[in-house]
Amino acid sequence: MEKDDKQRIMLEKVLKEHNYQESALLEILHRAQEIYGYLDKDLMMDISGSLNLPPSHVYGVVTFYSFFKLRKSGEHVVTGCLGTACYVRGVEQIMEAIEQEFKLKRGGSTADGKLSLLLTRCIGACAMAPNIVVDDEVIGKATKEVVTQKIREVLGGVKAET
Amino acid sequence: MSVNIIKLKIDGVEVTVPEGTAILKAAKDSGIIIPTLCNLEGLTAYGGCRLCLVEVSGTPKLFPACSTPVGPNMEITTQSDKLKEYRKMAVQMLLAERTHICSVCVADDHCELQAMANQLGVDHVMFERNWSQDEIDSTHDFLVIDRNRCILCTRCIRVCDQIEGVHTLDLKLRGKDSQVIMDLDEHWGNSCSCTSCRKCAKVCPVGAIYIEGEPIEHTKKRDIAEFIVERRNRR
Ligand code: FES
Ligand code: FES
Repeated sequence: MEKDDKQRIMLEKVLKEHNYQESALLEILHRAQEIYGYLDKDLMMDISGSLNLPPSHVYGVVTFYSFFKLRKSGEHVVTGCLGTACYVRGVEQIMEAIEQEFKLKRGGSTADGKLSLLLTRCIGACAMAPNIVVDDEVIGKATKEVVTQKIREVLGGVKAET
Repeated sequence: MSVNIIKLKIDGVEVTVPEGTAILKAAKDSGIIIPTLCNLEGLTAYGGCRLCLVEVSGTPKLFPACSTPVGPNMEITTQSDKLKEYRKMAVQMLLAERTHICSVCVADDHCELQAMANQLGVDHVMFERNWSQDEIDSTHDFLVIDRNRCILCTRCIRVCDQIEGVHTLDLKLRGKDSQVIMDLDEHWGNSCSCTSCRKCAKVCPVGAIYIEGEPIEHTKKRDIAEFIVERRNRR
């Protein structure tokens, strides 16, 4: 509970900084996601109330951008780039290898909530295709060996900085 | 405040209108009707359906008449073979996008999409159909939404926001995944802001939003929609 309050205080600061301006919605959602990790319905309701915006409008904006998350993701997040360049360079096989080894599906998390596998479109590093992002680190010219090894590392308690 | 009056030609007819007037309105004022679907007078223009595309001489681009303001000395063509092809294609894409089966639709015979298809002579759909299978939401006391028939014209969203003033409805997601939602994507029956005013059902051009047990021709009586709009224009 105490943690919740701290987060709410941080959010309130952000709201104040922006003077509760509805035009700052996008920036506020960004910061809110940084604070809470994801945007659930209670949070969206809270923001919609604070900015005096219709809930459906806030929801529309949140779901328009794939950057925003509606659900809590795993402790560690692996994102595969499914842009054209990465696709052509065989990102698909790497994704399959990850799914098999760590027993999860793209868009989902492992049963213990330690790992999530997400998709994105072109991260803008096509020259290095195929690209896989493990937590905050981009792995270019990725192979399934390197990527699965890296994931084993972050899962294996070697502290990944956040 | 003085308003600039602009001269232009629509289908060869000389027209004078105030600067900033939409092509659609300028045409209508001189008796030229351009086909539309998403547009509804009294609501802001949306420019989503692309039925109202017109040609402007001097550029190969087509412009949506509902949301393009007139310019001085413009020469506009509202009817041509090319435009007709595009309009037919737009209707076909709308038909292919979800599940439109007139024979089992509440709006059969009172549907603007159906009427438009007939008017343009659309007798087949050249795209593969999607046959969406979204759950029908009938949790509201009497308002029902069947998103399989929705053409995303956003009239309901605009009337809810601009006339009723509650903005219960909006769009979620993007592209082919777009859907009309209530509040935070709640079931309609759980919506905390809906005032059950029925305006959404009245302006829906198809059979996506309707009132349970009420004949659609009654719900969609045009004079009611015009009444709403007239009130709006008076403000
Ligand atoms: S396609 Fe993957 S970085 Fe561009
Ligand atoms: S009426 Fe102009 S785009 Fe729909």
